[in-house]
Amino acid sequence: MTEASGVRQDATRERPPRSLRSLLTALEVDTRLLGMVAALAIIWIGFNIMSGGSFLTPRNLWNLSVQSSSIAVMATGMVLIIVSRNIDLSVGSVLGLTGYTMAMVQTVWIPTTLGLGFDQPYTWILALAVGLVLGAAIGGFQGFIIAYSGVPAFIVTLGGLLVWRGLIFELQQGQTIAPLDKTFALLGGGPVGSIGEMASWAVGILACLGIVYTLIAGRRRRRRYDFPLRPMWAEVLVGVVGSAAVLGAVMVANSYFWPEQLAIEHFGPDARLDIPVGIAIPVIIMLGVTLVITFLATRRRFGRYVFSIGGNPEAAELGGINTRRTIMLTYVLMGILCAVSGAIQTARLNSAVTSLGTQNELDVIAAAVIGGTSFSGGIGTIPGAVLGAVVMQSLRSGMLLLRVDSPIQDIVAGSVLVVAVGLDTVMRRRSA
Amino acid sequence: MVNRKVGAFVGAAAVVFAACSGSATPAPSASAAASAGGAAGCTVGVSWNNYQEERWGKWDEPAIKAALTAAGAKYISNDAKSSPETQATNVENLISQGAKVVIILAQDGTAIKPSVASAISQGIPVIAYDRLIEDPKALYITFDNVEVGRMQARAVFAAVPKGNYVVIKGNKADANADFLRGGMDEIIGPAVKSGDIKIVGESYTDNWDPKNAQTEMEQFLTANNNKVDAVLSENDGMAGGVVAALAAQGLAGKVAVSGQDGDAAALNRVALGTQTVDVWKDARLLGKTAGEAAAQLCANKDITTVKGTAPFTSPGKNTLTSILLTPQAIMKDTLNIVLDAGWITKDKLCQGVTAGSVPACP
Repeated sequence: MTEASGVRQDATRERPPRSLRSLLTALEVDTRLLGMVAALAIIWIGFNIMSGGSFLTPRNLWNLSVQSSSIAVMATGMVLIIVSRNIDLSVGSVLGLTGYTMAMVQTVWIPTTLGLGFDQPYTWILALAVGLVLGAAIGGFQGFIIAYSGVPAFIVTLGGLLVWRGLIFELQQGQTIAPLDKTFALLGGGPVGSIGEMASWAVGILACLGIVYTLIAGRRRRRRYDFPLRPMWAEVLVGVVGSAAVLGAVMVANSYFWPEQLAIEHFGPDARLDIPVGIAIPVIIMLGVTLVITFLATRRRFGRYVFSIGGNPEAAELGGINTRRTIMLTYVLMGILCAVSGAIQTARLNSAVTSLGTQNELDVIAAAVIGGTSFSGGIGTIPGAVLGAVVMQSLRSGMLLLRVDSPIQDIVAGSVLVVAVGLDTVMRRRSA
Repeated sequence: MVNRKVGAFVGAAAVVFAACSGSATPAPSASAAASAGGAAGCTVGVSWNNYQEERWGKWDEPAIKAALTAAGAKYISNDAKSSPETQATNVENLISQGAKVVIILAQDGTAIKPSVASAISQGIPVIAYDRLIEDPKALYITFDNVEVGRMQARAVFAAVPKGNYVVIKGNKADANADFLRGGMDEIIGPAVKSGDIKIVGESYTDNWDPKNAQTEMEQFLTANNNKVDAVLSENDGMAGGVVAALAAQGLAGKVAVSGQDGDAAALNRVALGTQTVDVWKDARLLGKTAGEAAAQLCANKDITTVKGTAPFTSPGKNTLTSILLTPQAIMKDTLNIVLDAGWITKDKLCQGVTAGSVPACP
């Protein structure tokens, strides 16, 4: 299905190989993903040189992680939709409507309409629950029309783009809803909405254990089914590099310190100026979503169905897959993810505005496609889409650091999108 | 299965809701406001472009009506429901109903031009209300957008006469973004030249989107290591994004920020001290001015004789006769203006504000 899980015969050689190609083969690394990481590295180093060293600072990388999180969350769902040969143009509007509704729940409906007051301990959970259910319902409704009535996804979601946006205006006549519940606002990040030094290390160590466990479990499974094993040195290398990357990222997040003014505001006038911020909550959410969706896509029946529908819809249907139900479920999932992103964006802004999520559909689709998702169906990876979102946001944030104005930003972002997908297509044709 | 049902239900509800809201607000019907007075018996017709937007019925229409009633004129109106074609027909209808003066809130300032020309050729004076119609024979009444920019810069400049400035502009395709920026430059231009003010970040913002403004501000703060003293944001929504970015660095309330529109959230920020100024355009003043101008036009059709007019060069290089109203700068000490006007409730204005910290929230 994906190159990463493909098993190759020549991987059993036990001696380290000579050429780069055979090294990569032995490691069973997804070369496209590796290419993206390389491209990202070039972009980062380029911006760092041009900005005189202000791009590769803990603070900017931390900013970048938060700024990318909401698009990345939605991009993971968009992969499944595009893989099954559909599209969702309504994500920005669904995000807007769910985000706006969640803001209404916590600032108007609970405190005023029900008369329960502001900042109750349960407010944020209730608001989030309402948003997630609404997102699932909207997604399910659109998915139902697409899957069961045969109206093209493009048309249904284009209609959705207009309808849901219009409903936002009807809810409050275009007023901005602010400020939000204090606990809910933590979902948006900021030093206050981050998990701090110790918890970040804990998350990092858990992730490393996860990597090691995945490697061991994978090896055991292969042995059980008599599949060829990866050489031991390759397993160790993958484990070491993966863990190093995780711990490195945690270290970066922990070397961004609380800004002076905020530290004084929060910890009193004698606050130390080297309190690590740690990983931001929206980033934790994004990582969690990535894990869950990757698991769904590669380890569950649902994911396999999605990929086989994308690969060949007729064969999938003849093979006994309930294609309609599967397609509808991808939209339910997308709706839920839009609500998650809606929560992140409103919390980050500490307010809900009618323009919330405008044009996000373009960023989300671009992220998925740059991440290697193919419009012809059947091909795409979740981590790729997340990387795609980071690439797009790196370009935006980097150009802002260089004080490039928005028209030029648009030109660059658009060109990069086309070039990236063009290169990918050429490479794929060559390797095929 | 459950998902399917829920989805279908919500969808059906959405359709029903959309359909209801389409007809929930009845179009304003001709309302008689007959009384004796100066322009007695004169009928003034108003063509709204989209009466469903909250503002027109709540603020503008009552003000126009009151001014006309005071002068003894009669008010009739219709609603184009966002359609330029309907609006063209509506203008004809107003005239055939006996309107002697027509006020037009244009849906499309270009598409309406033939109707305007036709009305004027029939001896019916036309007032372009709030939105520009490029016809030199029509009277243009609006708020001065360049002045809005000047007022934003004036308030921020008074608070921060020297230092690092960031300018967050609106959508690049919107002429207003540049009008506002032009006004700002008239105030801070000399200080920028002398080096007292350094512009350390300036960007257009797609769709005036607060989220984009927030990202812009985060990056400008990062690039300048938080050394930003003032932010000229062109509207309230973007100011919200800017303040969120500042708050994440503990700088909210320490950096001067501007805005405009009189958004409830922004006025609350002014009360909290995290936004310096909110330039407010009082729709009732606009309505009153237009009503009074219409009453004068009933007696004398020459638009240049209307009180308060001045020539205005439009973006299309036409010299228009216009009344440009001055907006009001709402700051900490002048919050009572919006309260007294009933524009915002005290609850909303003072939410989270320490009692007694501003005169409006005792």
